[in-house]
Amino acid sequence: MITISDLTVQFGGVKPLDSVDVEFPVGTCGLIGPNGAGKTTFFNVLSGFVNPKSGSVMAFDTDLFAMPHYRRARWGLRRTFQTEQAIEELSVYDNVAMVHEHWGENRSQRRDDVMGALGFVGLDHLDPRSKVGVLDARDRRLVEIARAVVGRPRLVLLDEPAAGLPDEETEHLAGVIRNIPEHMGALVILVDHDMSLVQNTCSITAVLDFGKLIAAGPTAEVLRNEHVIKAYLGTEDDEL
Amino acid sequence: MSAVDEQSGSTGTGAFAPRPQSRKVPAKTIVNTVIVVVGMLFLFFLLPTLTSNYWLQICTQVVVYSVVALGLALLVGRVGMVSLGQIALLALGGWVALRIGFATGLPFPLLMLAAGVMTGLFGVIIGLPALRLGGLYLALITLMAAAAISIVLQQTNFPNGGTGFLGYSITGSGTAALRRPDIAQQTEGFFRYTLIVGALMFLLAWIHVRGKPGRAWAAIRQSQPAALAGGVNITLYKLWAFALAAFMTGVMGCILAASGGGLTILQFPTQESISLLAAVFIGGVYGFSGAVVAGVFTKLVPALLDNWNLPPDLLLILFGVGVLQVLLTAPQGLAVQFPKDMAKLGRLIARPFTRGSKAKAEEAAR
Repeated sequence: MITISDLTVQFGGVKPLDSVDVEFPVGTCGLIGPNGAGKTTFFNVLSGFVNPKSGSVMAFDTDLFAMPHYRRARWGLRRTFQTEQAIEELSVYDNVAMVHEHWGENRSQRRDDVMGALGFVGLDHLDPRSKVGVLDARDRRLVEIARAVVGRPRLVLLDEPAAGLPDEETEHLAGVIRNIPEHMGALVILVDHDMSLVQNTCSITAVLDFGKLIAAGPTAEVLRNEHVIKAYLGTEDDEL
Repeated sequence: MSAVDEQSGSTGTGAFAPRPQSRKVPAKTIVNTVIVVVGMLFLFFLLPTLTSNYWLQICTQVVVYSVVALGLALLVGRVGMVSLGQIALLALGGWVALRIGFATGLPFPLLMLAAGVMTGLFGVIIGLPALRLGGLYLALITLMAAAAISIVLQQTNFPNGGTGFLGYSITGSGTAALRRPDIAQQTEGFFRYTLIVGALMFLLAWIHVRGKPGRAWAAIRQSQPAALAGGVNITLYKLWAFALAAFMTGVMGCILAASGGGLTILQFPTQESISLLAAVFIGGVYGFSGAVVAGVFTKLVPALLDNWNLPPDLLLILFGVGVLQVLLTAPQGLAVQFPKDMAKLGRLIARPFTRGSKAKAEEAAR
């Protein structure tokens, strides 16, 4: 369970996040909202790339903001990026092993853990020694997700993992994402614009608009919510 | 999994079946290893018997500057940080080695170690701005730091056995060489000694690049956010890279202090760091052989120009053309491009003989 209280981020006169209070209980949770709603800023605050003006994040009884950013990864906070960031120069194996070795635990199990993560995302058909630079977009995405689940992740943040993927590949991705909580024991927060992916994977969904939380709850309910529909269609003037 | 099992089974390393490294060693690796071993054997046993002391001294310098270039190539190619202070660090390594060498009776390997460690610490200080700055700004700041070191060394001179903290005596002979190790008193022996030390430095760098630091550097170079998200302590690994490059450079400074008749600041012009960077680009920043090419360009080519009675400034023009050529046609540097070109030439020569199986030849060309 992760509890976010009164989270505010301010860049000059702009507040990408404005007093956000939200809870993500278990499983895979969605975080949606129109462009510029503050979703990626939310992830950046959690990862430690952006310092909040106020607020706190308690993740499984740990104060996330008390740790420097690289320690958060060791604690079990993992993320992927909107523009995929698998390390091109390294092999598929090294990409995943790198995260494992900085995690620092379970050394003797590294090979098994890495191969397990690659198998989990469905990349066991690849030669683990092939360079990531030669892979196609789908496989690179999956390498990035393998990086996010290797070892013992506790909180996995996925930033638009389906961006740019065709439908049939998004389906495979949805299966992988759905399985993360059960197989890897982590809470997943998924940001995506693909509503069918969100519906397929997330039991709980929160909606941001202009930095404010406008709805949170069971996904189906949230997607029917009048404010949410208006925010997406851009007609709710009072939110501006 | 079946694909992996199948292949590993065929190479007879079934005991390590899940290891990704369990497959057959690629032919390229074998060829490279053979080239390195044969090259080292040639340099170690044959070269000293084939050439004069003068050229051996030049070759000693080539080894020294190859290692310095390797340090720079690590910073530029692997981590993505430009340092223009490497030549000043080389001078600093020489100063430390001379100072400790004249003050104590430490054996030569310990002197190298001391020079390396001290220079490594200084490298970390020079690297501190890299935590905040990158690109041109970092290059500029390291260049200024190098200039500062040069100015100080110009005032203090290199120790020549004098008294006091600076260890310099005006009444002495001006410069004095560091004593050489017992097993390498003569030029030949010292060249071999340098070769071994240089090889060890290359090995040290290779171990780093192949290991945890190398993977962390690759991540930092591509994307610092991705590196952070993977748990990489960016501060530590950036400074580590600077420390490693400076350590290697400092060790070679110790070698340089013992190679000739002592050191003067004139041997370490600040701008040489810039031409070294150009040479590293020409050689190639990614591979290890690129550093050797850079060493050859920095020390052997000027000596050859001198030998042919050509003006040494020609080197700068050569570097300019070289960098332009590399950037336009061979971004990975000569060390990668040259073998490719040679292979192409080989195929061209072989073509008339293999005309009958043209399709086959085309396949091979791929």
